[in-house]
Amino acid sequence: MKDLLHIEQLKTHFSTEAGTVRAVDGVSLHVRAGETVCIVGESGCGKSITAMSVMGLVEGPSGKVVGGAIEFDGRDLLAMKANELRTVRGNDIAMIFQEPMSSLNPVLKIGEQIVEPLMEHRKLSRKEARARAIDLITLVGISRPEQIMDSYPHELSGGMLQRVMIAIAVSCNPKLLIADEPTTALDVTIQAQILDLLRSLKDEGGMSILLITHDLGVVAEMADYVVVMYSGKVVEEGEVVELFNNPKHPYTQGLLKSKPIINQRKDTLYSIPGQVPNPLELTESCYFHDRCQHCMEICRTREPKLKDVGQGQKTACWLYEEEALAHV
Amino acid sequence: MSLAKGELAGPGKAGAKAKAAAKSSLWSDSLRRLLKNKLAVFGFAVVVFMFAVCFLGPMFSPYADNKINMALMNKAPSAKHWLGNDALGRDVLTRVLQAGRISLTVGLASMVLSVLLGGLLGIIAGYYRGVADQIIMRVADLLLTIPSLPLLFIAGALLSEWKVPPDYRMYIVMIMLAIVGWPGLARMVRGQILSLREREFMQATTVLGLRSRRKLFNHLFPNLVPLLIVIATLNIGGAILSESVLSFFGLGVTPPTPTWGNMIDAANNMIDFEKRPWLWIPPGLSIFVTVVAINIFGDGLRDVLDPKKGR
Repeated sequence: MKDLLHIEQLKTHFSTEAGTVRAVDGVSLHVRAGETVCIVGESGCGKSITAMSVMGLVEGPSGKVVGGAIEFDGRDLLAMKANELRTVRGNDIAMIFQEPMSSLNPVLKIGEQIVEPLMEHRKLSRKEARARAIDLITLVGISRPEQIMDSYPHELSGGMLQRVMIAIAVSCNPKLLIADEPTTALDVTIQAQILDLLRSLKDEGGMSILLITHDLGVVAEMADYVVVMYSGKVVEEGEVVELFNNPKHPYTQGLLKSKPIINQRKDTLYSIPGQVPNPLELTESCYFHDRCQHCMEICRTREPKLKDVGQGQKTACWLYEEEALAHV
Repeated sequence: MSLAKGELAGPGKAGAKAKAAAKSSLWSDSLRRLLKNKLAVFGFAVVVFMFAVCFLGPMFSPYADNKINMALMNKAPSAKHWLGNDALGRDVLTRVLQAGRISLTVGLASMVLSVLLGGLLGIIAGYYRGVADQIIMRVADLLLTIPSLPLLFIAGALLSEWKVPPDYRMYIVMIMLAIVGWPGLARMVRGQILSLREREFMQATTVLGLRSRRKLFNHLFPNLVPLLIVIATLNIGGAILSESVLSFFGLGVTPPTPTWGNMIDAANNMIDFEKRPWLWIPPGLSIFVTVVAINIFGDGLRDVLDPKKGR
């Protein structure tokens, strides 16, 4: 199958007074049509910046995409002019954010905000757009659509607002939906409902989802393919079942170990020791080395490359490189 | 899907449940809170009263033609002329009301002009930033570094020098006041836009691929309205004061067109000041009452509409 979204060696850097922060440093990933790809990682590992780079939201004086390619449906997103990009955003690629409460304009009615992309991209009249908006609100599982249309965001709960955000995002039948931690701000029962909703919308509309999360439960439930990021780099990727059953990279192993398992009581939950390294102080090395139980000499001085380890799984770790073993 | 049920609880419910008529829109909510502020309501009532009396009053006055009558020169208040007569025998009450028309119109019009100018330039500067921002804000800074009164004096003196007819002076004074009034306003609007444009919902509009025009007018502008209303209200008071100062010095609207400012000019004359208070107390009191009322009302509005106070 052809790739819908193709990110190759993406580099997004931020220049700060203290130096250059390589927030995303050579990330490659692919999303095929109808597939759900999850990006997993701790806070600050560059998940969101990857998504924002795809949407062209990294802008301003400090942040910049400095290298790599982002191709969507055969078109180069990085080379697009602002006007062209505008017709892709909201139409072919949609995005939902972590905080539904702050993603809607507080002074505009819900209805007003749902009809906008429809009028913009589908060239519908206000009346047609309103009718479609009511269908959409029903589709995302909210009753009393007419009443919701005339409400302001502050009158709805977080779960309802996230549904509204999803309704807005899927209004133009996008081919790709980027969801940046869509359930993080919601409580657990609502989380499951939102994930169900996303999955059913995906199955009906045949869209692809790029889901960004730090919640492995969400990954297990949603993903076809998983990309694990650490400090702006991909450290491991693979099919979801393979990766969960047979994690290769010590970081992935640690992540899986620190996930609570139902019906299994433990005194303390495992946590990976140490913290994400300061992105300003990174030198050539495996960035995970000072937190890794299997750290070797070579891990401190040389950076491992992403390498095929069978079953479609790739990992960037010296443990799986013969060259490294030869050094020991 | 039946899963919407669980999440209906929470603070949203009360609002959504309210009857359609009492729908808690942001505006009706604000209005309700404004009505609770007695002082602000009082200020508003006084402003409305001043407007009504000034615009309707002269219609009922038998002396609206401003006929010069030397027999009544500088007469003290009487039953026929409640506030006496001026140096040309004209009825002071009628002239105060007519002056009120001019002063209030000038205040209102220059406010509208400066809000339009300052609002638009502030939005452009804050939203597009870059070169446009630099040019607009540097011009604003330049105007803000020069104290506005001397600037207005110079402009007023030029008007006199060029012998601009008194009828036109009123309009030019409006424009002059707008020109010194917009920079402060543009600054505030720009600051507000700068913070709004970084908010997540603005990022969401970018992600939705909306046009700049729609982002500006449908999303940013409604968020600015409360700020603009407050500034605009307080601005009217300032404009009335500035116009009065200018006219007092004979550099604003000039006689025979009456304004509160040029009527107080009478106080410049030692004899009028000491012996004929009916010439300058009424216009002075009118300015005082109007401006204080507008400011009280404006403060009340700010308490209600200021986004920082939280809804």
